[in-house]
Amino acid sequence: MASPFFLVIVAKMGSPDQITSALKAWATAKFGGDADIVGAKRLSGGASQETWAFDVVSGGAATPCILRRAPGGTPVPATSHAIGLPMEAKLISAAAEAGVPVPAVLGVMGSDSAIGDAYIMSRIAGETLGRKILRDEEFAAARPRLSAQCGKALAGIHSIPLGSLPDLPANDGVSQLDRYDEIYRSFDLPRPVFELALAWLRDTAPEPAQQVLVHGDFRLGNLMVDAEGLASVLDWELAHIGDPREDIAWLCVNSWRFGHSENRVGGFGPLDELLDAYAAAGGQRFREQDIDWWEIMGSLKWGIMCMIMYRAYSSGADPSVERAAIGRRVSETEIDLVNLLEGVRARA
Amino acid sequence: MHDAPSTKELIEAVKRFIDETASKQLTGHAAFHARVASNVLGTVMRELEQRPGAESAEAASLATLLGADAGADTDSLNRDLCARIRSGAMTLSTPGLLEHLKTTTIAQLSIDQPNYSGLARAVTPRR
Repeated sequence: MASPFFLVIVAKMGSPDQITSALKAWATAKFGGDADIVGAKRLSGGASQETWAFDVVSGGAATPCILRRAPGGTPVPATSHAIGLPMEAKLISAAAEAGVPVPAVLGVMGSDSAIGDAYIMSRIAGETLGRKILRDEEFAAARPRLSAQCGKALAGIHSIPLGSLPDLPANDGVSQLDRYDEIYRSFDLPRPVFELALAWLRDTAPEPAQQVLVHGDFRLGNLMVDAEGLASVLDWELAHIGDPREDIAWLCVNSWRFGHSENRVGGFGPLDELLDAYAAAGGQRFREQDIDWWEIMGSLKWGIMCMIMYRAYSSGADPSVERAAIGRRVSETEIDLVNLLEGVRARA
Repeated sequence: MHDAPSTKELIEAVKRFIDETASKQLTGHAAFHARVASNVLGTVMRELEQRPGAESAEAASLATLLGADAGADTDSLNRDLCARIRSGAMTLSTPGLLEHLKTTTIAQLSIDQPNYSGLARAVTPRR
């Protein structure tokens, strides 16, 4: 599909030089006329948004920064449920006020700016790669702390008064189920494991909990971790109003345990520690089994998201090998669903 | 038709080129994509070896589960299975259903991502 949208992305794709000169105008306005942009470099990994690292050097001091930018500066297509970068920046500021560890937002740019839809934040030192966090000696002292730290951070996010937030999309468990069911069905690629998960989720949907601000992608990969533990909560693009159990369960989904399946929370810790810290920080008191339905929902969602990303390849919208390959990760979520449903059946 | 080099040898050669030569000269996003490309070739090699057997086993298991004629095509059988689950005619407690899905998924994942943790969990007896 040689869509007009695809052509626009190619036309606006930024080189390091283009990004540097576009950032310079912002930096001189904020830091002073001598401000220089040094070492602008696109980071690997991020798929739906571009992430760049750079330093602002002014008055002899360097400020490490991160630029988050829509691909090629163009807002993301309608298939994504991302909230948009300016909104993301607002939420990070609200989270900071609630005591959640987040980077400082330093600047917000609109789609009419030289750089396109974007925001700039301070660059926090630490590691986001799940495999390294779970394996490297450097994080040996951090790992046992992470469950409780994540519980506290989630309680903070979930405590942000909804009245203070800009209009965010709201969706509870059943509306998400409807949405992902519809997307899955639109692909016409039958997957019996997904059918069974969809049917089971529909039959056993829990009563909705009180609605809160849900981060929407709170998991290893989006958490900056240093030697002390959780340093910063990143990647707010899927935030919405919804069920607090969604965030807790998403962190438990096996896809984010990076091989350490034995530790239900993120591959690093036990769920009861997270739930205790969550309640101690003012959150609702959940039991471990309250998280089960949402964890199955989480694995199903990730499986369908992988199908969506593969669809970007098969439609021609994104010809990268990464997008092709992710279609062969759907079966990872299928085995997780089989394992989870086996557990449910054994307990029934 | 010649098969020297064979399909497997050709893919191995390209994978080795990516792993031992090309990857080392790449950084950032391109290096990441090179790793993905190498993994894709691993999947293709496993698919060539394992898919024919796995697909016959899946078809036989589907035919038994659905009471269908042996020899019916796998895609129609899977569509039939999906429809029965969706209608509620087959559920988590239907004898043999979860076992069929588990066996099929293990076979698929053994091609797609054989190192995935969920696979080890699936083939390990439960406590």
